[in-house]
Amino acid sequence: MSKNKTQLSYVDKNTPIHRLSGATKLLMVLLISFAAMITFDTRLLIFIVLLSCVMFAIARVPWRSMKLIIVFIGVVMLINILITYFFAPEEGVRIYGTRTVYVHFFGRYYLTREQLFYQANQTLKYIAILPLALIFFVTTEPSEFAASLNSIGVNYKIAYSVTLALRYIPAVQREYQEISQAQQARGVDLSRNVKLTTRIKGVLTILFPLIITSIDKIERIANAMELRSFGKNKNRTWYKRKSFNPMDYVVIIFSALLIGAAIALFFVNEGRFYNPFI
Amino acid sequence: MPEPVILFQNFSFQYHAQAEPSLVDINLAIYPGEKVLIAGPSGSGKSTLANCLNGLIPFNYKGEITGTCKVAGVETKEQSVFELSKIVGTVLQDTDGQFVGLTAGEDIAFSLENNCVSQDEMFPLVLHAANKTGLGDAFLKASPFDLSGGQKQRVSMAGIIVEPVQILLFDEPLASLDPATGKHAIDLIDNLKDETNTTVIIIEHRIEDVLYRNVDRIIVMGEGQILADMSPETLLCSDLLQETGLREPLYISAIKYAGIQLDASHRPERIDTLTLTDSDRAAIKHWYQEYAISPRKEPAKELLRVEGLHFSYNEGKSVIEDVGFAITSGEMTAIVGTNGAGKSTLAKLICGFETPDSGRVLLKDKDITTESIANRAKYIGYVMQNPNQMICKPLIFDEVAFGLRNQGVSEAEVEKRVYATLEICGLYQFRKWPVSALSYGQKKRVTIASVLVMEPEIIILDEPTAGQDYRHYTEIMEFLRELQGRGVTILLITHDMHLMLEYAPRALVFSAGQLLADMSSAALLCNPELSAKSSLKETSLFYLATQCGINDPAAFTTRFINYEGRA
Repeated sequence: MSKNKTQLSYVDKNTPIHRLSGATKLLMVLLISFAAMITFDTRLLIFIVLLSCVMFAIARVPWRSMKLIIVFIGVVMLINILITYFFAPEEGVRIYGTRTVYVHFFGRYYLTREQLFYQANQTLKYIAILPLALIFFVTTEPSEFAASLNSIGVNYKIAYSVTLALRYIPAVQREYQEISQAQQARGVDLSRNVKLTTRIKGVLTILFPLIITSIDKIERIANAMELRSFGKNKNRTWYKRKSFNPMDYVVIIFSALLIGAAIALFFVNEGRFYNPFI
Repeated sequence: MPEPVILFQNFSFQYHAQAEPSLVDINLAIYPGEKVLIAGPSGSGKSTLANCLNGLIPFNYKGEITGTCKVAGVETKEQSVFELSKIVGTVLQDTDGQFVGLTAGEDIAFSLENNCVSQDEMFPLVLHAANKTGLGDAFLKASPFDLSGGQKQRVSMAGIIVEPVQILLFDEPLASLDPATGKHAIDLIDNLKDETNTTVIIIEHRIEDVLYRNVDRIIVMGEGQILADMSPETLLCSDLLQETGLREPLYISAIKYAGIQLDASHRPERIDTLTLTDSDRAAIKHWYQEYAISPRKEPAKELLRVEGLHFSYNEGKSVIEDVGFAITSGEMTAIVGTNGAGKSTLAKLICGFETPDSGRVLLKDKDITTESIANRAKYIGYVMQNPNQMICKPLIFDEVAFGLRNQGVSEAEVEKRVYATLEICGLYQFRKWPVSALSYGQKKRVTIASVLVMEPEIIILDEPTAGQDYRHYTEIMEFLRELQGRGVTILLITHDMHLMLEYAPRALVFSAGQLLADMSSAALLCNPELSAKSSLKETSLFYLATQCGINDPAAFTTRFINYEGRA
């Protein structure tokens, strides 16, 4: 059922980003995220944001399909900014050592140049990392997820559970739907017209059979997998793994260099923070 | 004589969790290149026997073994599931449930991946296996949701033969397939056997369907023992199948009813090898003409009417297209057609789970198209295929009372009605039991009871006998017939032709969302063109009737059903 496709689904295109191995992309996301997490250097963060945007463009990610997710992340980010300000309105002042007040709101809440700069940096980190993660999901075939995880050292049994989840989640959703309809025919009311507790009870009468049938299924799948040698060896090969091309090495080395740059900037800035105010 | 590839000697097995052994003193030898059918009712031990061959017993299902079980000359208990899977390839019952990859290609490659075969070798092997099973390369990228039941079966088979195995073991390969697809599956098994020169073992209780192609030997199991180990023709000439509670091929039963003593010279193993003498034909004809078919009672009042129903999930492809029919009170009607023909969707529209794009649903001339699910549930009951999908209470009483309590019926009234319903369903003695203590068939009854208690006028059942052997199947269907006798109207969604033929006089045939035909079941199964369109297959009685020069095969089929009903 194409209706049930999530926003974060793979879009089959042939771009340089799509051609990269899933493992490369995963590693790239992890390495660059790490660099963005450790650094507070605005220049590096801006560079990474620009890089993310360029990659977004190269991968020809359909913006429209991302809209909902981007709005969602935007809201989370906004809440995060407000909470940070609420609990630590003077954090920027503490870090940068100067205090330039623009506005006084009330009580201990001032808008200072330093706080503004500090929180702008924090926001940049999100803006740097999130598009990268989206790129990974949109340009990597789900079949390749497990192979990618396995490539970066995750045990293949754990990695394969990703594939199994992707394989069975739609089936479970469908079954939930069917059980729910049959239970509604027996008078279970899941509409907004009833009390929350009644609704929760109603959902439980769907979950109970769903769990029982799922357990049956899990046993069958486990047997089927074992009969086809799953778990026999320490390693396994992957039908869907993409082999590495020169471009993959370039991307990984470049990503590693960004971490190097982040660390080098610690020395240049004499600390994690780039301070333009002194 | 070559060495047997499978050898059981004085073999017994008892699951740790069970009080009785599941296999008792099995002695069986199967030789390389043989094609063997292992038949038996549920609980006869046939699946246990299969699990002993692929190593699930004793490695995954623990229990106590005595005696010998050798596969390719080696004791199974000294090997592992992995070692045995190199020799025995198992295709499990539920092809959907064992589909582990996100695409067909990945699923076929699964065992190669686990055996660390490199991609360079893997791709050609997968393609080769896909071609051998007739799936072809076009579907390698397809996800399981885009594949039909038959294609999934092909993927399963390709995933097994992708590695060289000596024995192919099929555990109820027909269970989840419609008759036409099942026929293809049997063809495919036959072709694979010829091409790969393997030993083939088929576990199945649908004997007639398997015998569509040649089988060397049939082993009949019952209560953990081997009751017969003989050629198909010898078995079919005997009465052993009926005695074990297995369904005899219909044409064989018909010949026996006509009083003919079958022997090997009749070549009874397949309908197309069957050779009848002139006197045999005369006897069958005579049996046919002996009783006039009692004319069907003209049914009473119209109960349900569907008019010009249209429905589509997304904008675009319609799932139900201009469907209209009427059901009269007290009828038992079958809704048949391939997967995706719209049978289930139709049921959902009738129950109000989905809202039609246009058209009307009328109950006793009252338009209920806009009524809520809960409201309709007062007249229309819906029973899902797998009872575990419906059971949500630990105790039988509570399970059956569930719907009434949701309606706010008083507890005294609930008790009265639940007890009355349990009585009808033959579950009264279990009223205080937990549901988990019941067998699958009994659970099915509980779910029917839990719908019946709401006193609906019509009950829709989705595949009521799926996965049931002949005995349990008959039990469920006789029970439904009894309910029908009490005035309940029944709609069956099914692709079991025997069920339709024996219990539902009328069939609504669906294909690609349209109502293709509305006719008598016997006539449908005697119409090769229509039954092919609806993915059914003609009954063997049709061929028998034709062979005997009976010009109305449908009437002959009806005669057969009536005769059995009397017996």
